[in-house]
Amino acid sequence: MTPILSFKEVWVEYGDKVVLERVSLDIAEGEFVSVIGPSGAGKSTFLRLVLGQEGPSRGEVLLDGTPLTPECSPDRGVVFQRYSVFPHLTAIKNVMFGMECAGSPLFAKLFGAARKSARDEAAAMLEAVGLGHAMDVYPAQMSGGMQQRLAIAQALVKRPRVLLLDEPFGALDPGIRLDMHELVTALWKNHGLTIVMVTHDIHEAFKLGTRVLAFDKRRHDPHAPNRYGATAVYDVKLDRKTKEAGPPPELVGAGITPFPSSRA
Amino acid sequence: MRLVNIKPARGPRFLIGAVPIIILLVLYAVLSAARAEANAHDKVLPTFLAMGQAALRLFTEVDPRTGDITALADTSASLWRLAMGVGIATLSTLLIGIALGVVPLVRAALGPLVTVIAVIPPIAVLPILFIALGLGEASKIALIAVGIAPYMIRDLASHVAGLPAEQFVKAQTLGASTWQLTLRVALPQALPRLIDSLRFSMGPAWVFLISAEAIASDVGLGYRIFLVRRYLSMDIILPYVAWISCLAILTDWALLTISRKAFPWAHGKGH
Repeated sequence: MTPILSFKEVWVEYGDKVVLERVSLDIAEGEFVSVIGPSGAGKSTFLRLVLGQEGPSRGEVLLDGTPLTPECSPDRGVVFQRYSVFPHLTAIKNVMFGMECAGSPLFAKLFGAARKSARDEAAAMLEAVGLGHAMDVYPAQMSGGMQQRLAIAQALVKRPRVLLLDEPFGALDPGIRLDMHELVTALWKNHGLTIVMVTHDIHEAFKLGTRVLAFDKRRHDPHAPNRYGATAVYDVKLDRKTKEAGPPPELVGAGITPFPSSRA
Repeated sequence: MRLVNIKPARGPRFLIGAVPIIILLVLYAVLSAARAEANAHDKVLPTFLAMGQAALRLFTEVDPRTGDITALADTSASLWRLAMGVGIATLSTLLIGIALGVVPLVRAALGPLVTVIAVIPPIAVLPILFIALGLGEASKIALIAVGIAPYMIRDLASHVAGLPAEQFVKAQTLGASTWQLTLRVALPQALPRLIDSLRFSMGPAWVFLISAEAIASDVGLGYRIFLVRRYLSMDIILPYVAWISCLAILTDWALLTISRKAFPWAHGKGH
């Protein structure tokens, strides 16, 4: 089976600064990959590569065996920590946005029967994320958790091959965060999604993921901190046993850094 | 209690706000009465009665020379110029400002030009407008448009460019093209800001209008004020100034109401 996402010897460099080096890994369909790592270790760059916000300096990123162009497209949906929804549209119109873009190149607005069916589909999706009661509400009137539910519904209605979550629950209260964990897990199972989630919370990473990737620098030159880039230094698939055991102590104790000795 | 913590309630606040205005009006009434006492033909501080009579004459009597009611002819001429100038500025702001804000290529190409134009004092180009467009309506309208458009364009462009990048990325992951992005994400969020910057620009727009009318015109609010200045007719100038202020306040209120009604999401919790 070809992997859905495939990194082949990927480097990302900005001039002299190496951000990612030699990233090679495959992500299979249906995986829920949690990406962790210290700040500045290239988690976000990794996500932007998949998203298409930037391209690799060397190597290639393949989606379903085809090299990605450095541009966002509807086969990869995304939910950011903030600003993921359009403040000038009500919930239902936020969800309909993607369908309207596909159905009406010139006006990005649907009319008549097409509008009705898009509306029904959007309503069903809002129902699925628990926002059935708030269809005509503007995002500014919603809580942070509701906004993230909306952002997820908006992305899922396009049926993306991969769903990218960029610290999606980072700004939420702990209680709300647990609700969101349940929601995402349920959606992932029911819709057969492939998810890549960047998070700061290592317990969240192990709780939700079927696989955990930790990014960090393998080598560190104290005189030239940008000389070496980060790569996936820890890559483990979780089964029920490892999941229940939680994050291994060396990962927690080192502040997500598996090889603390390598740091100056 | 500290002074900074004393916050007047709604009713008292209204009263406190009215006090300085009432003091000014009373002061004016006393001073103008004293001058009228000393000299019945005083022109510098006309009494409220004299101003009322002058205003009534201007707003009701037909001028036999033109066949129009003077104040109404002046008002309609000025408002038409203002509307045209502001309309042209708003339309070009919408087109250029959004293009500058959304498309990096356009920003690279036109950004420096707009910046250069924005630093030119508009009144300094008025002679050029008079030479190029003549002394008629076109040059006055052009002065208003040239005067306020650069500020509005730059304001709107920076607002659109400053919308969260996440929104633009998200729209693209939902399949939006550049055009769809502009139409459905940038434009609607630009409109309330456009109305805001229009409200700020109305003051300068009036300045440019009155300047142009003062220099070359035969009808208009600014023309009238500068015409009667020669006869020290404060009894006409003051009511005209008050009338212009009323028009300005009315315009501002109308723009704010439109924005609140049309873009509830842009005004706080928006219902």
